[in-house]
Amino acid sequence: MALNRRVFMGTAGAAMLAAPMLRAAGHGKPKVLVIGGGAGGATCARYLAKDSDGALDVTLVEPTRTYYTCFFSNLYLGGFREYESLGHSYGKLASEYGINVIHDWATGVDRDAKTVTLAGGSTLSYDVLVLSPGIDFVEGSVPGWDITAQNAMPHAYKGGSQTQLLKAQIEAMPEGGVFAMVAPPNPYRCPPGPYERISMVAHHLKTNNPTAKILVVDPKEKFSKQGLFEEGWQAHYAGMVTRIGPDFGGENVEVRPDAMEVVIDGEVNKVDVCNVIPAQKAGLICAAAGLTDGNWAPVAPDTMQSRMDENVYILGDASAQGDMPKSGFSANSQAKVAANAIRGALTGSRVFPARYSNTCWSLIAPEDGVKVGASYEPTPEKIASVSSFISQTGEDAALRKTTYEESLGWYAGITADMFG
Amino acid sequence: MRPAVLLAPVLAVSLGLIGPGRAAAEAVAFGDAEAGAEVFLWCSGCHEIGPDAQDSVGPHLNGLFGRRAGAHEGYDYSESLARMGADGLVWDLETLDAYIEVPQSLVSGTRMSFPGIEDQQERNDLLAFLRRYSDSPANIPEAPPTALHVEVALPEEVLALVGDPEYGEYLASECLTCHQKDGSAQGIPSITKWPERNFVVAMHAYRQQLRPHPVMQMVAARLSDEEIAALAAYFKTLD
Repeated sequence: MALNRRVFMGTAGAAMLAAPMLRAAGHGKPKVLVIGGGAGGATCARYLAKDSDGALDVTLVEPTRTYYTCFFSNLYLGGFREYESLGHSYGKLASEYGINVIHDWATGVDRDAKTVTLAGGSTLSYDVLVLSPGIDFVEGSVPGWDITAQNAMPHAYKGGSQTQLLKAQIEAMPEGGVFAMVAPPNPYRCPPGPYERISMVAHHLKTNNPTAKILVVDPKEKFSKQGLFEEGWQAHYAGMVTRIGPDFGGENVEVRPDAMEVVIDGEVNKVDVCNVIPAQKAGLICAAAGLTDGNWAPVAPDTMQSRMDENVYILGDASAQGDMPKSGFSANSQAKVAANAIRGALTGSRVFPARYSNTCWSLIAPEDGVKVGASYEPTPEKIASVSSFISQTGEDAALRKTTYEESLGWYAGITADMFG
Repeated sequence: MRPAVLLAPVLAVSLGLIGPGRAAAEAVAFGDAEAGAEVFLWCSGCHEIGPDAQDSVGPHLNGLFGRRAGAHEGYDYSESLARMGADGLVWDLETLDAYIEVPQSLVSGTRMSFPGIEDQQERNDLLAFLRRYSDSPANIPEAPPTALHVEVALPEEVLALVGDPEYGEYLASECLTCHQKDGSAQGIPSITKWPERNFVVAMHAYRQQLRPHPVMQMVAARLSDEEIAALAAYFKTLD
């Protein structure tokens, strides 16, 4: 990693933060500005407001008025969730927690002046800035595809209208048609996500269009929960799913959105739906703020502070932190560690050791749920995995059903933890 | 307050001394089934056992050893017990001993409204009686599924730890990604309003891998005694 002299090394952060070093000078309550109202940003804003008893001025900037979670959007594609059930409002964060919620895009950061400019024209100042913008796509990563092709070939890898579009296209597939997915290279949001999506599309097709086929073009040798997914596809959707890995041209792919063609290692395939999930990078505001190194924004493992600016914390998918997967669960976990550190820095409250965890549930077929998870702790270099578990192949139906029901409980739990 | 012994030391010690093929002799040494028949009178208001036993208020108890908890067909178990069974709780000497001692400490939401049996000898006798009605008592206790690998006990000083609720609140933020603060439970159990002692015993049971569930075992594995006490102290404050 290319670090320069401005790099802030956060290894001594926790001890340092125990003292209120960053208290705002002479302009009322310290201001925390949170950009992005997803699992990282909403959680962080809520914990800051909830735990500081009014000692902090917390502002949350988020473009959408109703936030549709990307997590669980695959269950909507499979017909297991209503679209409305994925939507959440910021009403409680404003009314019950006193957070100043602004629906706008953050377009620029002046780190010397400690201000953020919004697309609507206003400028907000901060003492501490939290960036939790999620992902954007790497241009040119799938030849033939750019963001202008997202209506013909949706990514559906940010929650909201793209998810609805992809579902409508799947439902309109002709009998015996082909659904193609161009899977992303590592690292990307939600490692099991593309493969849970394949499972959900397969479930829909098995029920409504049983002669249809699924073609997955994948640049990766291996993928998350591979044994579990492949076992499930064989058991539930035998003969429907073909995955072309890098050995067979999966990393040499081009798409032609106008013709609805996918060219794999020179061979042209006509498809009916094409879900292109491109290579990913930190949400654009991170690069605009000059806080990225390559595609992601490096952070101190014990606080989630930017390695390049101690007044900025970067949460969730956008951060480069080490071993944690890019997931809503991870972002939520990181947000609580950051909120504790920020509150300590600005108000002198107690700062406790960083602890992180993650669990990702996936649904393979009705009541056939699996999970993978790990716990993490900071080391000087990175957030490191300390222990992990994964569902086993061959588990009985009762356990898989319990795992699925548990995932529904988790969704209710994490959304309550984010939005109050 | 007495120590919450999840597995009685006397049991662990006696099992450590025997080898394979000595089950019959050990069965006598372990507990007195005749005395256990007397103890079973406490259970017989709700449970039947023996030839022609039927489910009544509780399920019948024939073939209990080696059976997955909450899995006897035709009986309508509490959600809590069914979930523990699906998570992998199997009835063996160790788990039954813990369940009979304080039912709620092993299965929080069990409908078995029984205060538990404090006396270790009475529990041993009852277990010796119950195992007469399992299909293959010869493999009990030293072979799977009833083999015992570790001795798990909570000393009085661990139970007496006074938790730091502010630290507990911070640690609890990890719990609240899945468990809901308002106590609502859907697929994932409620963890609010537990008596502190039950909370502490349950978390230690996960840490010792006596309670099944991979996420909870992982979460509990890195909690110290003080941190478990802190969590219990915090969750007790939620009303």
